[in-house]
Amino acid sequence: MVKNGTMTFSTKPSIHSAGVAAGPLEDKKSIFAKQFDKVYEDERCDLPTNEDGHRQLMYDAVMIALSKAKKDVQKIDFFLTGDLVNQMTPSNFTAHSLGIPYIGLFSACATSVSSMITGALFTDAQQANWIVAGSSSQHNAVERQFRYPLEYGSQKGATAQWTVTAAGAVLIGKNKPGMPSIECATVGKVVDMGMTDPLNMGSAMAPAAMATLSSHLIGHSKTIDDYDTIITGDLGSNGFKIFKALVNEAGLPHTKNFRDAGEEFYGKDPSFMAGASGAGCSAAVFFSDVYEKLCTGEYQRVLMIATGALLSPLSYQQGDTIPCIAHAIEITAGEVAV
Amino acid sequence: MEQQKYAHLEKELSPKTPLLKNTVRAFLTGGLICLIGQFIALFYITYFDFTERTASNPTVATMIFISMLLTGFGLYKKISQFGGAGAAVPITGFGNAVVSSAIEHKSEGYVLGVGGNMFKLAGSVILFGVFSAFLVALIKTILVKLGVVSW
Repeated sequence: MVKNGTMTFSTKPSIHSAGVAAGPLEDKKSIFAKQFDKVYEDERCDLPTNEDGHRQLMYDAVMIALSKAKKDVQKIDFFLTGDLVNQMTPSNFTAHSLGIPYIGLFSACATSVSSMITGALFTDAQQANWIVAGSSSQHNAVERQFRYPLEYGSQKGATAQWTVTAAGAVLIGKNKPGMPSIECATVGKVVDMGMTDPLNMGSAMAPAAMATLSSHLIGHSKTIDDYDTIITGDLGSNGFKIFKALVNEAGLPHTKNFRDAGEEFYGKDPSFMAGASGAGCSAAVFFSDVYEKLCTGEYQRVLMIATGALLSPLSYQQGDTIPCIAHAIEITAGEVAV
Repeated sequence: MEQQKYAHLEKELSPKTPLLKNTVRAFLTGGLICLIGQFIALFYITYFDFTERTASNPTVATMIFISMLLTGFGLYKKISQFGGAGAAVPITGFGNAVVSSAIEHKSEGYVLGVGGNMFKLAGSVILFGVFSAFLVALIKTILVKLGVVSW
């Protein structure tokens, strides 16, 4: 039988804690600001370069997650993370500072979920007791790489999204009753619908989110109503609208329990155009707001679908289309003991 | 879903570019920048020993200087977000492209960073600007030689 990317975790690994660190703009403008564990007043976290600040955010997110669970760094078996900077140097340096065995994962903005899936697999396979998974992005470091210099005056259209400065990390361990637990997941296929505009990534990613949602629902015999919420990563207002249209077109009943982290992140502030994006966007929202709601029992079962645009500046300058991916992970409030 | 069908759906749902609004804003922004430039040129002609023809060099330098300051204080990108092409086309847009690249790459040092990347965006403006100036001059020279027009 073809698995079509779906997998089930028999031991239901739990997410024991989560940590989120963010930048100054996120502190001021994000509707989730109060739920972030640490915010910096300086975009570079008072360090010399943006990349240094990027690294610091990831480090903080990990340390916060560990301190909440009262775990020592030495107790962690694997560190799985990624970001958007070339060769993922911020993650690499963070891994060095932490001194935990590390695998860097690149799924662009879908890394928050791909790292959790990998972490859950390691735990399920009895290869690890404790794993830290997560992802991060820093606005300045990412913008300079994918687009123009920060101070360059290029007019952004209504579909453009704002890369967030934030990092999120979770501590995954063996199942513990009463803790949010990972039940199953779906690894997405790369979907390319021929979109070419790097300032309209939401509409490039929406079909990938749709493909993964449908694989997940079919593969795990679920319906939309089984979830308290189905939250996508960073489709933004435009991509989210298209995603919902695709869901309707596929004959699925409704989208009233759908959310999108990118669309919600900065509220309705029009200066952020279509909303937030970046590897830190889904991580910051999933690991703060959604995780909290799972802990308090407000959500009993959620499906997180993180979406990523797998382009590079070179690929789009050479006229290539934007390949996209979405990974889904199903998390329950975990009241049932295994 | 096929790519074509999706492209159709995407176009239908995505917000349209407000062409008229953008054009009006570009006209106002570009016009204002040029008006300021005109005042500066008049200033040089009135208070210094410049003619209408020679005043253009100090005027351009002053405009670039102003654009440098605005870029450094993070204001030029705001003007550009409002004015679009109106802020990009005048010489101030060129200044912004150079200075923004220089600021951006300062972290990689002065030689490989600032020096190597300063003209990353503006380089093609210089190349094609010089090339088109050469073509126009060539055409005019031929026309003058043929007696069609005079210098």
